Amino acid sequence: MSTATANHGHGPSDGVTRRDMLLIATGAVGAVGVGTMVWPLISQMSPDASTLALSSTEIDISKIEPGQIVTVKWRGNPVFVRHRTPKEIKESEDTPLSELKDPQTDAQRVQKPEWLIVIGICTHLGCVPLGHDGPYDGWKCPCHGSVYDVSGRIRSGPAPLNLAVPTYAFLSDTKVKIG
Amino acid sequence: MSGASTYVPKNPVLRWFESRLPIVGLVHSSFVVFPNPRNLNYFWTFGGILAFMLVCQIVTGVVLAMHYTPEATLAFASVEHIMRDVNYGWMLRYIHANGASMFFIAVYIHIARGMYYGSYKAPREVLWILGLIIFLLMMATAFMGYVLPWGQMSFWGAKVITSLFSAIPVVGDSITVWLWGGYSVGNATLNRFFSLHYLMPFMIAGVVVLHIWALHVPGSNNPVGVEVKSKKDTLPFHPYFTVKDGLALSCFLVFFAYFVFFIPNYLGHSDNYIEANPLVTPAHIVPEWYFLPYYAMLRAVPSKLGGVCALFGSILLLAFMPWLDTSRIRSSNFRPIYRVFLFIFFADVFVLGYCGSQEPQGAIVLVSQVATLWYFLHLLVITPLMGFFETPRQLPASITEAVLGPRVAGGSGSFAAARTAASPSVDG
Repeated sequence: MSTATANHGHGPSDGVTRRDMLLIATGAVGAVGVGTMVWPLISQMSPDASTLALSSTEIDISKIEPGQIVTVKWRGNPVFVRHRTPKEIKESEDTPLSELKDPQTDAQRVQKPEWLIVIGICTHLGCVPLGHDGPYDGWKCPCHGSVYDVSGRIRSGPAPLNLAVPTYAFLSDTKVKIG
Repeated sequence: MSGASTYVPKNPVLRWFESRLPIVGLVHSSFVVFPNPRNLNYFWTFGGILAFMLVCQIVTGVVLAMHYTPEATLAFASVEHIMRDVNYGWMLRYIHANGASMFFIAVYIHIARGMYYGSYKAPREVLWILGLIIFLLMMATAFMGYVLPWGQMSFWGAKVITSLFSAIPVVGDSITVWLWGGYSVGNATLNRFFSLHYLMPFMIAGVVVLHIWALHVPGSNNPVGVEVKSKKDTLPFHPYFTVKDGLALSCFLVFFAYFVFFIPNYLGHSDNYIEANPLVTPAHIVPEWYFLPYYAMLRAVPSKLGGVCALFGSILLLAFMPWLDTSRIRSSNFRPIYRVFLFIFFADVFVLGYCGSQEPQGAIVLVSQVATLWYFLHLLVITPLMGFFETPRQLPASITEAVLGPRVAGGSGSFAAARTAASPSVDG
């Protein structure tokens, strides 16, 4: 296209032609259009309404003996409910923060000291750690060797963070709602 | 893909068609009369083998998709249905599953060939980078395909690899949830992996066309790494290389068939015959053999983000080979010191592969750390420095001279000398 010699719009004297204006306006509308169309394509991959609807689980904790760990499924992931013994509670509370990679006191991680509720996913790459294992008798991940204590706090290995504590509430002495 | 076609069909119908869509002429000039260096060895046939493997995977994959159900509660059973009920389903699935391994064997030999003979050097940088893009697409495709049978290893492999993205600062966790379409690997993940696993081979095919296009502009490199200087240095693709590639492909297919019919599960993991269970991790999560070296690098770095960077960096760094390698000599046959380091590098990748297959305990951790360090040291330090410190051996004046000796090839001497000015020269 030989636009250099063509005389369009108001002529070249003011430097801006009607064609320039149309080009910019079309470009702007086009960019907005592409943007609004790309967003649904990205957003459709986020968790859908049916997934979001499954966001809470109720569990009966009356049958869990002291020292026992029960795994329940919440949002497709395992959640560990650990009924801790007095010895385990004391160990967790007495741990100095200086020993921890991701410092958190035990009180920050539990609502009632005898019940530890954590998401059972290693914070390294998402494996499920094994309970009553490792040097702290907490959890140990078999895949990459991360070791957690009885409070679910990371002690050694590649994982950067403590086992996550989900949102939960005691509905009664024997019922807990997770999520 | 090599300029104007000289193809003139004798058949009037074909002639009519050719003047409207000259695609037969394109094929003719690209794969029939196309001149190739006469000294290509059998390492050069892996390109053809790879093209065959891509077609093989697409054909078997399209057929398998007719019987497979991408739904989390049915996927595992539908694969067993393919194995037991579908006519020849067992064979098609074993060809597809082992075909992935064969594809990677061929691509690793193809890449190693490129590294040894300096096929990435000017003017073939874009060709090399397109090759790496194909490799990355292959890795993504293979990973997503491995997830589809929804066995224990599939599920946990998917969990570990997608969790790599959680290492990204700040937005990592949101990205991971977005990738999963839920709070864990689940049905939404399986659906999208199936969709993408079906799509990506066609993207690969597209980049392969560009790869061959970029190859046919400068033409193939060759074992002595000297550019083609006269017609004497080349042979037409057909029948010379079609027959040679045909023989190589036949041998490769015997190897492939041995796996499919005699040891079809040798390269797989038995845990994948256990249906996926989101609550129990296999004792030892391992990827397929072709990802073991990268997996070893991931675990070697004692930091989550660092490991992820090492894993991706190890592959992306290869894209810079044309600039990291400072030597003017292409073929390692003429680079006595670099050649030794290159073999050490290849051995290093095998060591990493072994470490990746073992549990990360004791000496394995240390060995993978040293091997990871060496991998990067080779690419970032040894390769650039070698171009300055190494004295290469004398290159032959032409490909024909390299094949037949200087006396027989002497006839083209003056022509060769005239062209030498344009190519790298060697002193000493």
